[in-house]
Amino acid sequence: MTATYEQMWKDLGLDLVAHDMLMQVLGQGYQDVFLTQESRPQGMDYFNFVMSEVHGLRIKELLDGKKEGKKVIGSFCVFVPEEIVRASDATLVGLCTGADFATEEVEKVLPRNTCSLIKSAFGFKLGKVCPYIESADMIVGENTCDGKKKSYEVFGQLVPNLYVMDLPQMKSPEGKALLKAEYYRFKDRVEQLTGNRIDVARLKNGIEIVNNKRRAVHRLSQLRKADPAPISGLDALLINQVFFYDDPIRFTESVNKICDEIEERTKTNSGVAAKGAPRILLSGCPMAVPNWKLPWIVETSGAVIVGEESCVGERGVRNLTADTGSTLDELMNAIVDRYFQVDCAIFTPNPDRLQHVKDMATAYNANGVIHYGLQFCQPYQMEAMPVEQALEAASIPTLRIDTDYSMEDVEQLKTRVEAFIERLR
Amino acid sequence: MISTGIDIGSRTIKIVSIDSSDRKMVASRRVETTFNPLGQATKLLDGIEGDRLIATGYGRRLAQENFGGHSITEIQAHALGARHVFSECQAILDIGGQDTKAISLDLRGKAQKFEMNDRCAAGTGKFLEFMATSFQVPIEEFGSFALAGVEGLKINSMCTVFAEAEATSLMARGSRPQDIAFALHLSVVKRSISMLRRVTTTGPIVFSGGVALNPCIVELVRREMADEVLIPEDPEMIGALGAALYGLTHTS
Ligand code: SF4
Ligand code: SF4
Repeated sequence: MTATYEQMWKDLGLDLVAHDMLMQVLGQGYQDVFLTQESRPQGMDYFNFVMSEVHGLRIKELLDGKKEGKKVIGSFCVFVPEEIVRASDATLVGLCTGADFATEEVEKVLPRNTCSLIKSAFGFKLGKVCPYIESADMIVGENTCDGKKKSYEVFGQLVPNLYVMDLPQMKSPEGKALLKAEYYRFKDRVEQLTGNRIDVARLKNGIEIVNNKRRAVHRLSQLRKADPAPISGLDALLINQVFFYDDPIRFTESVNKICDEIEERTKTNSGVAAKGAPRILLSGCPMAVPNWKLPWIVETSGAVIVGEESCVGERGVRNLTADTGSTLDELMNAIVDRYFQVDCAIFTPNPDRLQHVKDMATAYNANGVIHYGLQFCQPYQMEAMPVEQALEAASIPTLRIDTDYSMEDVEQLKTRVEAFIERLR
Repeated sequence: MISTGIDIGSRTIKIVSIDSSDRKMVASRRVETTFNPLGQATKLLDGIEGDRLIATGYGRRLAQENFGGHSITEIQAHALGARHVFSECQAILDIGGQDTKAISLDLRGKAQKFEMNDRCAAGTGKFLEFMATSFQVPIEEFGSFALAGVEGLKINSMCTVFAEAEATSLMARGSRPQDIAFALHLSVVKRSISMLRRVTTTGPIVFSGGVALNPCIVELVRREMADEVLIPEDPEMIGALGAALYGLTHTS
C-alpha cells in the first residue's frame, strides 16, 4: 500500500520518514486495540478498511475530487456547518487531533500547558504528517475556548488558508444573531472558494445528506441501549470518528448496514459483553482519532461503554436540521437553530449539558458516568466538578478522569477505572 | 479454608493469610519490592498454605498472571481491610510509599468516592524518605525528629525537588532543622487532608499505610481532623488484609 501512495504523499509535502513512523504506530495501535476485540459485528470490516486507508484511498478520493474542482475544507469543531459545505459541493473533513506528534516543535510555538488536542493539531502540521491538512483548500478555525482562539493566531502563520469563524459564548438572542451573521459570512466565503452559489435546492440537499448521516448514528445509538451491549464502545467511537472524514453518503450506508446486523444481534440477545456487565457513559472532551486510550482501558477492565456525551458522539450529532424552509434565509435559520443547541462547555452558563448527561445515563441504562477531561482544558475540567456533584446527588456514580494523550498514566488510570467498576458491580 | 491476600506495592510487598473458620490472621509478612517484584513475591509466598490467592496493589496483574487467583484494586482492598479492623470507619486515608489514597465508604462499607495521588512522589512516603535523607536522619526517626520542632515555618511546594530547595534555603537562613522538618510534615498532612476532604466530610477515619507509623504525621493528622482518627496496629497490612478477606467471600 505504502508504495502506491508514496508519490501522492510526497506531492502533498509530507515528511515521508515521519509519516511512515506515524502509520506504523497507528497500525499497531489499531491492531492491539480494535482487532483483538471479540465478537465484533461483521459490519466493522468496512470501518477497518477505512482506517487502513485513512491516509491512502480516502486522500486519493479527495485529490481526485479536487482535480474536478471539488474543494476540501478542514475543520476542528462541530460548529462548522457541514450543510453549507455540502451545499457548495465541497467536502468537509475533521482534522484529527488525537495523538501527540512533534511535541518539541510544538512547544516552541505553544505553551506547554496547552491541551493535547490543540497541541496535536500543531504537531501534525509541524511534523508534516497529515495529508488532510495538506489537501485542504481552506481550514476553519473557530473561536471556542481560549486555547483554540489564541492558538489560531499562531496556526494562521503555519498554513496559508486559515479562516477564523467567531462563535458566541452565551445562549442569548445576541449570541444567536452573532452565530447567524457568522454562518452567512461563512456561506459567502465558501461560495467564493468553490465558485458555487448556494441556493435553496442545494442547501436542502446539503441538509438532507448531513441529516441522514446523523440519523444513521442515532439508529446505532438506539441499538446500544440493549443489554447485552451489541457493539463495543470502542467500535461505536470509531464509527463516530469516521463520521468526520468519510464520504457522507457511503458512511451513512455503512452505518445503516451495521445497524441491520446489530438489530439481528439484539433479537438473539447476543452481544460483545456479558449480560449485566457494568455499563458506562463517557462524557466530556471529544476523542479524535487515534485517541482510544480511555475507552480501551474501560473495556479491557470488564465494563462496556454504551454512549458518548461528546462532540465525537452524541453532542455532535444530537439534533437534526429542519429542512422545511422554503427560502434560503429560512434554511439558514434552521441551521443556526440546530447548531445553537450544541451544548459545548465553552458556553456560559451551560445547563443543557448537565441535563443531557443525566438523560443519556438513563436512556442508555448506564450504571455510571466517566467524565473525561483533557489536562489544561478549562471549559470541560471546570464543568467536570459540578457535573460530578449533580450526578452523584442523583445517585449516578461518577468518576472524573483528567488525562492527556501520553501513555504514562495508563497503569494509574487502570486502577482508577477498575476501582470505579468495582463500585458499580 | 485459608485465603491469602498479596499486596504488591511499588515499595513493599505484603501478604496476609486468614483462616475462614474464625477469620483470624494466620500469616502476615512483608518484604521490599526491589527491582524483582516477582522473585520477592515468590519468596514471600513460600510455605504459605492456602486455597485462595487474591492480589492487589499496582503489581496485582503480575501476581495474577504468575500465581493465578483473582485480583482487586487497592481501593477495594483498603475498604474491606479498614472496615474489618474498625467496623465504624467511614473513610480511609492511606499514605503509602509511593501513593496516597483517600476513600469514602458507603453504609455497607463499599468504596464510594476516591482520590489517588499516584503520578508523583509529592506528599507520599517517598517524599518524606527523600527529605529524611537530605536531613541525614534515618527515616524511622524522621517523625520524632520533626516532633522536636516548633511550628511556624512554611513549606509551600509539594514537589519533592522544589520542597528540598525550600528546605535548603530555610537552612541557609539559619532555621532549625527540626523546625523545617516539622513544616515538611505539616505540608504532607495538609495536602493529604485536603485530598480526603474532596471525597468525604464525615468520619471516623482510618489512617493506614506505612506513613501512619510516623509519629509526627499521626499527631498532625489527629490535630487537623475534626473527626476521630483510627490507626490500625499494623497500618501497612490493610491492603493485603482486605484482599484476603475478599477471598473469603468470593469464589472467583
Ligand atoms: S467541544 Fe466545543 S470546541 Fe470542541 S469540538 Fe465540540 S463544540 Fe467544538
Ligand atoms: S479540549 Fe478543551 S481546551 Fe482543548 S480545544 Fe477542546 S475545549 Fe479547548
